[in-house]
Amino acid sequence: MREISLDEVTRIVKESLIKINYELDNSLVTMLKKAKDKEKSELSKSILDDILTNQELARQGNSPLCQDTGVAVVFAEIGQDVYYNGPLDEAINRGVRQAYDEGYLRKSVVKHPFDRQNTQDNTPAILHTKVIPGDKLILKIASKGAGSENMSKVVMLTPNAGIEGVKKLVLDTVFDAGGRPCPPIIVGIGIGGNFEKSALIAKEAILRDLNDESSDPIIRNLERELYDEINRLGVGPMGVGGETTCLAVKINTYPMHIASLPVAINIQCHSARHIEVTL
Amino acid sequence: MIHLKTPIDVSRLKELTVGDKVLISGTIYTARDQAHMRLIEDENPAFDLEGSVIYYVGPTPARPGQVIGSSGPTSAYRMDSLATPLMKRGVKIMIGKGNRSEAFRKSMVENNAIYMIATGGAGALLSSKIKSSKVLMYEDLGTEAIYELVVDEFPCFVAYDLHGNQIFKGGTS
Repeated sequence: MREISLDEVTRIVKESLIKINYELDNSLVTMLKKAKDKEKSELSKSILDDILTNQELARQGNSPLCQDTGVAVVFAEIGQDVYYNGPLDEAINRGVRQAYDEGYLRKSVVKHPFDRQNTQDNTPAILHTKVIPGDKLILKIASKGAGSENMSKVVMLTPNAGIEGVKKLVLDTVFDAGGRPCPPIIVGIGIGGNFEKSALIAKEAILRDLNDESSDPIIRNLERELYDEINRLGVGPMGVGGETTCLAVKINTYPMHIASLPVAINIQCHSARHIEVTL
Repeated sequence: MIHLKTPIDVSRLKELTVGDKVLISGTIYTARDQAHMRLIEDENPAFDLEGSVIYYVGPTPARPGQVIGSSGPTSAYRMDSLATPLMKRGVKIMIGKGNRSEAFRKSMVENNAIYMIATGGAGALLSSKIKSSKVLMYEDLGTEAIYELVVDEFPCFVAYDLHGNQIFKGGTS
């Protein structure tokens, strides 16, 4: 058994959340620059220019990239040979509390669906845990804004809908969302599992490396086709029309019931803020 | 590039067409969902709605010595069903992001008002155009309170104009 210090977990969560809210991932910045060069209209170019200037300003450390600093989403992959001297979820939430306070991030969590009272410290995090072999703790940490999350959905297709059914659903979802989720977007798609599993793997898909592709040839091909077809929709930066509607399409799959084809589409705005840390 | 000063001179809104870049200078007011719901019921708001500009934003907390934190637009469609009563009381420009409903667009034209977008996710950049900030109403709402902002050449694009045009590709109401 290996003991991992909960103070260390808290520190990692805090520092990660602050970092991702001020520093946009470099490969994402490169993609945004390429997207700007590709745009033909002055309007869509100038929007991408704003987004690029914004990330430079945020990097100076005074104002976060976006005012919606999101809900903290943490995927904890917990090695089965790890021991903690106390509750792991509390250590993570302590990190969230410290990050949103010390990092001057917006507290955007309300306690109850109807009385809408703010919890004042952005907790609780949305925490997903998974047990893995070994003695490591892998934390995938994201700040997920509501603008893009609100445009996401889960649909229970029937198996005969097939690849074409999935494609139509994704294209309709992205087109109908238009400018609201802050395009250019990253599209995370979960296919399979059941109702809740599809949503979970769609969220994990968003957290994948921007430049990776699925190792499954059918899925890899679908990622590529959807990337091209989404960009042909012409929604463009912030929905004003243009060449780039999505920066990446990531699809994760999971085995499912013989009668089901669950599909979850989780949309991520251009300010994709997440990081992976191994302890 | 078009310059507009607050309070908004209604006669100038007809000149605007979709895609125009507009720089707004003067005093504007923030309001999101919760503030809208209260403002609609409020008979004595602390500012004059006639000719006013409403910015849909909930900023991050300011650091010591900073005017305001990150201050980009939030999705406008959430305020669609709340906007008409305020336009009837004189609100002339609403700034947000993303598509809105057809019912809103029609009401906006009838009320001689304009919907503009600012670049979503550019909160650090947009906050640099804000020169002063103070909580004016509903302080208990925190980030959702109504802030009075003094802005200098705050950059927006006309999204819906008075001639029936709209800027967006895609998007259903």
